[in-house]
Amino acid sequence: MLYIKCPWCGWRDESEFGYGGEAHIKRPEDPDALSDAEWADYLFMRTNPRGSHRERWVHTAGCRRWFNAIRDTQTYEFKAFYKMGEEPPGGEQ
Amino acid sequence: MSQPHRLQTGGRIDRDRPLRFTFNGRTLQGYAGDTLASALLANGEHLVGRSFKLHRPRGIMGAGAECPNSIVQVGSGNATLPNLRATQTELYDGMEVRSVNCWPSVKFDLSAVNQLFAPLMPAGFYYKTFMWPKSFWHNIYEPRIRKAAGFGKAPDGPDPDRYDKHNAHCDLLVVGAGPAGLAAALEAGRRGARVILCDEQNELGGSLLASRAFLDGEPAMSWVDRVVGELAAMDEVTLLPRTTAFGHYHHGFVSLLERVTDHLGPTSPDERPRQRQWRVRARQVVLATGAIERPLVFSNNDRPGIMPASAVSTYINRYSVTPGTRAVVFTNNDSAYQTALDLADHGVEVAALIDVRPEIEGVLADRVRKEEIDVLPGMAVVDTTGGQRVSGVRVMRLNTRGDSVYGEGRTIECDLVATSGGWNPVIHLHSHPGGGMCYDHDIASFVPDQPVANTLNAGACSGNFSLDGCITEGFSAGATAAAASGFGSDDIEGEAPATARVREAPMRPLWRVPTRRTVTRSPKQFVDVQNDQTSADIFLAAREGYASIEHIKRYTAMGFGTDQGKLGNINGAGIAAEALGEDIAAIGTTTFRPAYTPVTIGALAGRDFGPERFHAVRKTAMHVWHEQQGALFENVGDWKRPWYYPQAGETMRQSLDREVRATRQSLGVLDASTLGKIDVRGPDAAEFLNRVYTNGWKKLEVGRCRYGIMLGEDGMVMDDGVSARLAEDHYHMTTTTGGAARVLAWLEEWLQTEWPELRVYLTSTTDQWAAISLAGPNSRKVVEQICEGIDFSGEAFPFMTWRAGKAAGIPARVFRISFSGELGFEINVPANYGQHVWDAVWEAGQPYGITPYGTETMHILRAEKGFIIAGQDTDGSVNPMDLGMHGLLSKYKDYLGRRSLSRSDAVREDREQFVGLVTVDDPAEIIPEGAQLTDDPNANQAPKPVPLAGYVTSSYYSATLGHSIALAMVKRGRERMDEIVHAPQADGRVIKCRITSPVFYDPKGERQNV
Repeated sequence: MLYIKCPWCGWRDESEFGYGGEAHIKRPEDPDALSDAEWADYLFMRTNPRGSHRERWVHTAGCRRWFNAIRDTQTYEFKAFYKMGEEPPGGEQ
Repeated sequence: MSQPHRLQTGGRIDRDRPLRFTFNGRTLQGYAGDTLASALLANGEHLVGRSFKLHRPRGIMGAGAECPNSIVQVGSGNATLPNLRATQTELYDGMEVRSVNCWPSVKFDLSAVNQLFAPLMPAGFYYKTFMWPKSFWHNIYEPRIRKAAGFGKAPDGPDPDRYDKHNAHCDLLVVGAGPAGLAAALEAGRRGARVILCDEQNELGGSLLASRAFLDGEPAMSWVDRVVGELAAMDEVTLLPRTTAFGHYHHGFVSLLERVTDHLGPTSPDERPRQRQWRVRARQVVLATGAIERPLVFSNNDRPGIMPASAVSTYINRYSVTPGTRAVVFTNNDSAYQTALDLADHGVEVAALIDVRPEIEGVLADRVRKEEIDVLPGMAVVDTTGGQRVSGVRVMRLNTRGDSVYGEGRTIECDLVATSGGWNPVIHLHSHPGGGMCYDHDIASFVPDQPVANTLNAGACSGNFSLDGCITEGFSAGATAAAASGFGSDDIEGEAPATARVREAPMRPLWRVPTRRTVTRSPKQFVDVQNDQTSADIFLAAREGYASIEHIKRYTAMGFGTDQGKLGNINGAGIAAEALGEDIAAIGTTTFRPAYTPVTIGALAGRDFGPERFHAVRKTAMHVWHEQQGALFENVGDWKRPWYYPQAGETMRQSLDREVRATRQSLGVLDASTLGKIDVRGPDAAEFLNRVYTNGWKKLEVGRCRYGIMLGEDGMVMDDGVSARLAEDHYHMTTTTGGAARVLAWLEEWLQTEWPELRVYLTSTTDQWAAISLAGPNSRKVVEQICEGIDFSGEAFPFMTWRAGKAAGIPARVFRISFSGELGFEINVPANYGQHVWDAVWEAGQPYGITPYGTETMHILRAEKGFIIAGQDTDGSVNPMDLGMHGLLSKYKDYLGRRSLSRSDAVREDREQFVGLVTVDDPAEIIPEGAQLTDDPNANQAPKPVPLAGYVTSSYYSATLGHSIALAMVKRGRERMDEIVHAPQADGRVIKCRITSPVFYDPKGERQNV
């Protein structure tokens, strides 16, 4: 049971949250300009790093807000929590 | 009632409180403070059960969580508890105990004949033997194996006990109240930190409860009593005896099982729950879980009376029980010398102390020799004799390399063998959240290596076995953890009690005593005693190519039992290293996972069980009315929806036919309150709907409604529903009943993560509105009668519009929509007025024979019209073209999922398409929903796999049409009108079907437009 800091509500148990997969995947501005392969890449392909991972969480059983986190996939340690639209701490990775 | 093996004085039992209990029908006596195991031993009962596979006699082996053998059934009726470990079960008055895994009795067990077949049942025997024929597994092999090998019996009825759950936060959780844990709790508690200290035993003190050591010149328990007294007086400290930390998860989350009233027995008047699960979130965790002595492995080492030396000492010192009359001690290290002294000091003859080390010196050895105990250096026990109890050991000389025994054997008679092969730190809880471990050559075992964040290991579980070392580490861990939580500095403030340090000689690691012949041809050397798993099995696994300890574990079932291999696993790793010719440090151990010891399902469930608490139930405002009308209910999501309303003497089919006919011919009424409703509001609401629905929404005028479908980004249909424009910036969206929460979450996700610039606010209003859906040619007459302020004429209030007004005096939104194909109106009023308006509708409808109908009739009516139900006719692999909904796909805008509709797979011509089916031979036959469709009429006889043409998604009898109808997905279905497909059934029948349009009734939609 992870311990997660919602940027609005503070520290809560993982059971209050939903997981949203990899963060910072932008929906293509013009989907028609993409080949099938490029569209499929946006739709289906995700990174699966060993170590730092920028990912989305939603406080489902709380304020219903989405936010981002950086989590080490090996140790489960959260390095940062930040709001939607904010730059990830530590810059681009 | 005598207890022949009980000492006259000493121990932590209360001789003034005798307790009676029965064991396999015999009445015996023990004392308060006994475990069931110590009470049995006091009565000379070593034999308690039979082993899992071979049904060999098995006795009490350990004294705590590590015991693999002492599994018993306690109590009777529905309160009976299977598979309790006698070493961890506190005795209470009137306890009824039975042996398990033996028939007809533990002393004469017919399945012991399995031992004769033992050569035929090596490791992997199950995998190899019970493979063929396949059908035999479920019908023959599995039931018989279970019957032959299962341990206790679970009761049939509901559990009469109560359980509870408790959430707690603390600065420091200390697991284990031995010397290290007590010191840690004391150090942190004195600084004012919030401390929880838990220990699985009934008293705090850990190993000191059975120790004869001195602290500050007094017996160690005097120090324990002082520390526990001080801790108990601290406001911020919670002491939890009888509480096992069974799971350690990430970020300081630890699950504890507190046995609140187990020790009082089922007849106790105590009204507290039986057990309580604690879910603790700790800033810091100190693990002070101690160590478990591992036995030495030799042939026939499983006989009752062969025990780890520390267990022997525990029974003598803590319970005042002598587990034998003539003992042999067999060791590779110094710690068992204390056991030899404990035995000798309490009048038990020690026939010999056999030490595999060739030279023995040191304080303990001198003291043992002073007791005139025969010490045999460089020797090893190679075999034992005995039946239901060990009767002797055979001893030979061990060579310097430790890989063979030689010389003339010597037999020593005894009824107790105390063995020690060294100590294994209890690293289970460190390991649960991924803590690393490494091999420590000094103790020949695994110790914590890579730490877990905010977790410290203190004392024996970190590989420090000396008493003074444990206490110092405990104080240090307490200081560090308290400082990390903001209480003081890392420097120890408390003072450790003075203790005499005994210098110990190095141990000599020995994973198994070498055998004269090859290991597979020698008498069995048990490694995992509970699972009858031997060193020969490990050698066999290695020979068959298993190189990883994880694979060897699974092939041999080592560590699979209820004890999880607490005694045997490290020995098993050492023997695997020998078999593979590798170093044990490289072999490592298997992964430790929760639970540390078994946990009752009751404690995990707490009070969250049964239909009311396990799963939320949602009821509409008119629920009681439906019940009074005799409705049967269907679960849709969490909702209870009326399924149909049977009248006296009706079959289900007769009820449905009646409800369908009444609606088509006059008037039906449906409680539609459960439909998902989302209030969409904001200046960009129209733009937002335009992006999430496939069709256009910007031009929808205020006052009008529109049907829309939502796709996932993969282009597959996700949900559908009708939405109405209430104002320029305000929409009322409906979703399927089951999809409401998912759709709201989906919309929020897009709004918050992708389109934060859109000024749109979403509110779930499902529960706020009661919805009464009227359908049928007479529906207009009823709404006209009960509503005010609305012109219901066809011109003023056309199909797919909505109007505001009053219904039965209550402000209402009335939608002219239809899911039945009939003229229909849906009245929405605030939920609290739902029953009031429903009553008015009911009364006004009487002249027209108003008939309530449920979900089943709703499904039939919509299927006659070919309307889909998202989630029933679609399954996440269906796109809008498959459904023939090309007209709903806007060409003038982008929307979620649109790009996926032009992917190569989406435009394949041989996709399954939505069609109708009617049966050919028997027009009334209902094809089972989910039936597979084939082109081959003889599919049941055809070679498998049979090519499939499609499958049935919905199927009903239509009273309107007088025959059955079905909806189906069929490959190229729209090109195949009037063709025949076949639905082969499991019973061998084949239902012949003709493909039709999915719209069976009123294809032009004239009935809803009147």
